[in-house]
Amino acid sequence: MKTSLAVRLAPWVATIALFVVWEVCCRVFNIPPFFLPPPTLIAKAFVDYWWPLTKHSAFTLSTTLIGFALAVGFGLLLGLAVGWSRAIYAGVYPLMIGFNAIPKVAVVPILALWFGIGFTPAVLTAFLISFFPIVVNVATGLATIEPELEDVLKALGASKLDIMRKVGIPRALPYFFGSLKVAITLAFVGSVISESIASNEGIGNLMLQAQAQFQVPLIFAGLLALAVEGIVMYALMAVLEARMTGWAQRSGFAQC
Amino acid sequence: MLQDNAAFVTLDGVSHVYGGAGGTLAVEDLSINVNRGEFAAVVGPSGCGKSTLMKLATGLQFPFKGAVRVAGEVVSKPVKIAGMAFQAPTLLPWRTTLENLLLPLEIVEPHRSRLRRHKAEYVERAETLLASVGLRDQGSKYPWELSGGMQQRTSLCRALIHEPDLLMLDEPFGALDAFTREELWCVIRDLHAARRITIVLVTHDLREAVFLADRIFVMSARPGRVLAERVVDIPRPRDLEVTFSPEFGAIVHELREHIVKARQ
Repeated sequence: MKTSLAVRLAPWVATIALFVVWEVCCRVFNIPPFFLPPPTLIAKAFVDYWWPLTKHSAFTLSTTLIGFALAVGFGLLLGLAVGWSRAIYAGVYPLMIGFNAIPKVAVVPILALWFGIGFTPAVLTAFLISFFPIVVNVATGLATIEPELEDVLKALGASKLDIMRKVGIPRALPYFFGSLKVAITLAFVGSVISESIASNEGIGNLMLQAQAQFQVPLIFAGLLALAVEGIVMYALMAVLEARMTGWAQRSGFAQC
Repeated sequence: MLQDNAAFVTLDGVSHVYGGAGGTLAVEDLSINVNRGEFAAVVGPSGCGKSTLMKLATGLQFPFKGAVRVAGEVVSKPVKIAGMAFQAPTLLPWRTTLENLLLPLEIVEPHRSRLRRHKAEYVERAETLLASVGLRDQGSKYPWELSGGMQQRTSLCRALIHEPDLLMLDEPFGALDAFTREELWCVIRDLHAARRITIVLVTHDLREAVFLADRIFVMSARPGRVLAERVVDIPRPRDLEVTFSPEFGAIVHELREHIVKARQ
């Protein structure tokens, strides 16, 4: 289906409009730059501090992606296990919900205690915060197999593994790829939290230092760098989702 | 090997309970005999345990009292010689129509181990089957590109692809509009005539039962038992016109009275 010009331009127009309104407000209301710097000042910070921004962004991106990759592997396995057996589901689910309810900020000091500061706690925090939606979605996909279809296959002598392979896993894939979009953004939250608390590197740490030195435009530059990384990774996941499970996205509702 | 008038599906004094001892009794002392090659219909008020009958006859569940025999053997595991179709077509949306048809062959032996090497032969078989229900050249479409009636035809084909001896149909036309439904009656009538397989049709459409079946069982409200058995002696082949004949109307009327009694 061909997307209309308006739809394709809309995200750019909206983003540019946001920055224009921001700039105009800062000037018209004379907002002090140390309170809310205008986009032009933030752009200047990008130019002035391009190397530290690039270096720390790369660090954050690497911890996020490694934590996310762990979450995908572990979440997929656990989701399949939970969807496979009622007993595993009953045993693991309350634990997982409890674990997910713990604010990850509270876990970072423990991780730092065990693994030292920097890379490892950031990876682990990203992992811990992002695996839950993957598990829940994979398990949901498996749980929604039509009982009639299960009957059709069972009457033919299909084993549980057959049903899982032929129906369960393909059916869970749209849920799985959908959950990746949620998980990748959460992974950024996790790594940045950890960097702000226990790291000498990463965007989280850069922003903390900029705050200590009152370099407000640099704080905002860090925020924007994070936002850009988040959008790019989200878009990658969305493309992956459309590629892998196009059959599940046929409703016109999703396209307009 | 066709032996007409030999009992093919037998339920003998069967009782079945859901939810373990003390659960609700779904069927009680249910006895049904379906001969090889016969077209049997089971009608009854809703919730009379018709779906339980489906599960018992295909070996998905086992009675806690009585015995179920299919093809002379006591059912103790899934029967494998049965095909099933339901009210919902339950096709896999990520597979084309043709790939959906091949699904049972990926499960059931001996096709399972032959499928990879004899793919072309099986694809041809699936295409022939599709053509026989009026879906020629539709194999490459996805299920969601087909109308409801076409999806249900595909679902019937999927139930037949492994050439089962027994076809179990659970209200397969319930969700279709009246015209499509009558069209599919004729499809299933022709399939039965051509293949001489044993068919058990669970339905609450009395006209459907009388038009298609050789023998009709009327079940009581839960717990389900057989209240009446009616042989339909309208000669085959039957044309849709027959549904307007007085003799057809009389049978429907008679069944309806049984159902009214069963609901009380």
